[in-house]
Amino acid sequence: MLDCAIIGGGPAGLTAGLYTTRGGLDDVIMFEKGMPGGQITSSSEIENYPGATAHNLSGMDFMIPWLEQCQRFGLKHEMSEVTRVSRNEDGTFTIHKSDGSTNTAKSVIVATGSTPKRAGFIGEDKYFGRGVSTCATCDGFFYKGKEVAIIGGGDTAMEEALYLAKICTKVYIIHRRDTFRSAPNTIERVKMTPNIEILLNASPQEVLGDAMGVTGIRVVFKDGLTRQIDAPGLFVFVGRDVNNQVLIQDDGSFLCEMNDAGEVIVDISMNTSVPGLYATGDLRIAAPKQVVSAAGDGSVAALQAIAYVDKISHR
Amino acid sequence: MGKYVELTASNFEEITKEGVALVDFWAPWCGPCRMIAPVIEELANDFEGKANICKVNTDEEQDIAVKFGIRSIPTILFFKNGEMVDQMVGAASKQAFTDKINSLL
Repeated sequence: MLDCAIIGGGPAGLTAGLYTTRGGLDDVIMFEKGMPGGQITSSSEIENYPGATAHNLSGMDFMIPWLEQCQRFGLKHEMSEVTRVSRNEDGTFTIHKSDGSTNTAKSVIVATGSTPKRAGFIGEDKYFGRGVSTCATCDGFFYKGKEVAIIGGGDTAMEEALYLAKICTKVYIIHRRDTFRSAPNTIERVKMTPNIEILLNASPQEVLGDAMGVTGIRVVFKDGLTRQIDAPGLFVFVGRDVNNQVLIQDDGSFLCEMNDAGEVIVDISMNTSVPGLYATGDLRIAAPKQVVSAAGDGSVAALQAIAYVDKISHR
Repeated sequence: MGKYVELTASNFEEITKEGVALVDFWAPWCGPCRMIAPVIEELANDFEGKANICKVNTDEEQDIAVKFGIRSIPTILFFKNGEMVDQMVGAASKQAFTDKINSLL
């Protein structure tokens, strides 16, 4: 039986792994279907993690040492996809995996993060991967010397617009409001970039494409006017959906209490409504969706898990 | 220990023309590509002698990427006897890739 099972290998899961193992739990597995690192590895630049001051530090380079650090203290990484976490009668948990095998654990830290949302315009799903993308560092390369459009107006949209503006001849930002909620410093840099054109009060209506993929997009403005933009690449940054699937039970209910948005309700110590089960990072209520706060959550949950395992082991 | 095959313009056809092949289009700067890299290595071991598990570095082999209309990475194409029969875009679990290959064998 594991002392602790960690589901997910982003900043929250990795920090939970570091703190549980370094804090004395012997048998801890972090389940992550591939190489750990999380969503930040798709980010072109990280400049808001305290102490990480290297110029142009990519999310991927930033995350490389995290796993190595955890493994030094005995964290095991299992490359399996967890399909469900269930609770047993004795209060322990069963981790169900996609290959049909299971593990049991005294405590579970869920750190499954979130997935980029689709914006919901016509043709988005049809052309996903054929011109519609949610990762500028991955796919910007295919639009070198071409024009691209970005859907969204948050931090990610602004930061990735700056990245794409260095590769592409022109970047259109299609934003449904007339104000931005991104960091003022980033907005200023976007406005100062000559090859970025901002379309405010504008929503994507339909992707235009042919057999080879996207050729452009039709945009509709609040006043009803439309405009066609000929760009082979469309990058969608309109927020994220939380990955709560592992908490869904056979009867369709959730293992613990959730809010209407599908986020896990936790207290300030990352306790869920189920003893021994913790939720961290993007998955929890009121998540700031930042690497530093996800890492903080991971440490808080780990300290709770250590105390919990200690308590039930000496009962 | 099985090893994946690094495909280039010169060996692509030769390797994919017979049997089942999984071809992972990736690049060094792509986070999700890096995420599935160890999965691809395990698949190469699991399917040794049964299917060809291959990778194309799209940074170095742009002609192959253009030929197959690759615009997002990772994109994973599945070939059977030289014909492209299926594709997956984005990172997925080892189980998902395994099931897909088994369905073609």
